[in-house]
Amino acid sequence: MSKKILLNSKDIEIILHRLACQLIENHNDFSNTVLVGLQPRGSFLAKRLADLLKNRYHIKDLKLGLLDITFYRDDFRRREQPLTATSTEIDFIIEDKKVVFIDDVLFSGRSIRAALTAIQSYGRPENIELLVLIDRRFSRHLPIQPNYKGRQVDAINEEKVLVTWKETHKKDAVYLENN
Amino acid sequence: MPELSVDHLLGIKYLNAEDINLIFKTADHFKEVINRPIKKVPSLRDITIANLFFENSTRTKLSFELAEKRLSADVINFSASQSSVNKGETLIDTVNNILSMKVDIVVMRHPNVGAGVFLSKHVDAKIINAGDGTHEHPTQALLDSYSIREKLGNVKGKKVLIVGDVLHSRVALSNIFALQLQGAKIKVCGPTTLIPKYISSLGVEVETNLKKALEWCDVANVLRVQHERMDINYFPSTREYTQLFGINKIILDNLGKKIVIMHPGPINRGVEITSDVADADQSIILNQVENGVGVRMGVIYLLAQQIKR
Repeated sequence: MSKKILLNSKDIEIILHRLACQLIENHNDFSNTVLVGLQPRGSFLAKRLADLLKNRYHIKDLKLGLLDITFYRDDFRRREQPLTATSTEIDFIIEDKKVVFIDDVLFSGRSIRAALTAIQSYGRPENIELLVLIDRRFSRHLPIQPNYKGRQVDAINEEKVLVTWKETHKKDAVYLENN
Repeated sequence: MPELSVDHLLGIKYLNAEDINLIFKTADHFKEVINRPIKKVPSLRDITIANLFFENSTRTKLSFELAEKRLSADVINFSASQSSVNKGETLIDTVNNILSMKVDIVVMRHPNVGAGVFLSKHVDAKIINAGDGTHEHPTQALLDSYSIREKLGNVKGKKVLIVGDVLHSRVALSNIFALQLQGAKIKVCGPTTLIPKYISSLGVEVETNLKKALEWCDVANVLRVQHERMDINYFPSTREYTQLFGINKIILDNLGKKIVIMHPGPINRGVEITSDVADADQSIILNQVENGVGVRMGVIYLLAQQIKR
């Protein structure tokens, strides 16, 4: 197995700042915008971005939610391993809000499809945008593209993009693994 | 994530502690789902479930049906009173006819003990026992334990009293198995005629003095007197039963502590429990009903997960 580093912690920090600034450019003071991290892995990126927006860019009253999509996935009973649910934490109304989905890696687009269905349980948003740290090009099964992306990666199907965070792996990094 | 160790939910005695824990964790997620503005998830949209009720039921049937619909399964309902069972059809024939309509899961209540086990050996579908005679009612026991866990934080080490008609109660037996798996201490209380002789072999203590039993416990699960299952007189009169084993506010207020009151329903107000106790803030009877939907969603989801395409 070979493992190549795509982004180190410094790269990730620069990208997070850029993404934060792009969000501010489009959403001003976030008064009508909510950030929604997709559980489980998108939540780390979402929390990091929310911290940055609040503490470095002084956005007040930023709303952050976490959305679990397990029960909306289209591969229930089609996988070897059973699906594990995580929790949904959305304590605000989505109705007529601008929603930004946040996930770490965009691959087939099926998780985002599930998230688009799942979010409907909380109301009808004005619009939904997608922010991802890594966009794996040419691997999409569905017509879904990100509005904000950290880095575009051309990886072949056998390769795996692995994102680690300080909170769980003591280090911010993105690797390309080849089995 | 682990899977259930069983292929069907026939009774608590076939489960282990990890299974119960897994069901509760899954139910936690579904409890959050059923408290959303839109209370439905599409997980089971390609699963068909038959609810076969060969015996009367209100709560359990509605609760199962709602759980199935919240998971987006297709549901068909069947009541023995309106069916060809009255024309002499056997159980296997009835079920096989229903299964030939491509049903994946069967939820069954039946007056005969072991009907679920029997069915699981003869038909190709997941079976969920919704009560078989006086034997087991596993989802009721699961939702009872889930409600205790929710109210008191943990089931382990808690003292649970089961009061009333233990002899005819499938709720009592399933509860005893479920609570023992989770490390609770159990006592039963009721007229000696309504306490089965085998109860001590299950490691359950018997107390015939209601006041002493209530002083001992943290939770009292009050059972209904099942007149419809009584072929002989087990006690002289309902009035005498109420005087000796009915729970009222005065007894509870004199305990010196606040115990949790549960009842699987239907309640005979004024017989085993008075109205003011049933509606008191220490009663979690309606929480049990709410939790029933979440717990049943968990059970159905976990069993459906095992059905391979």
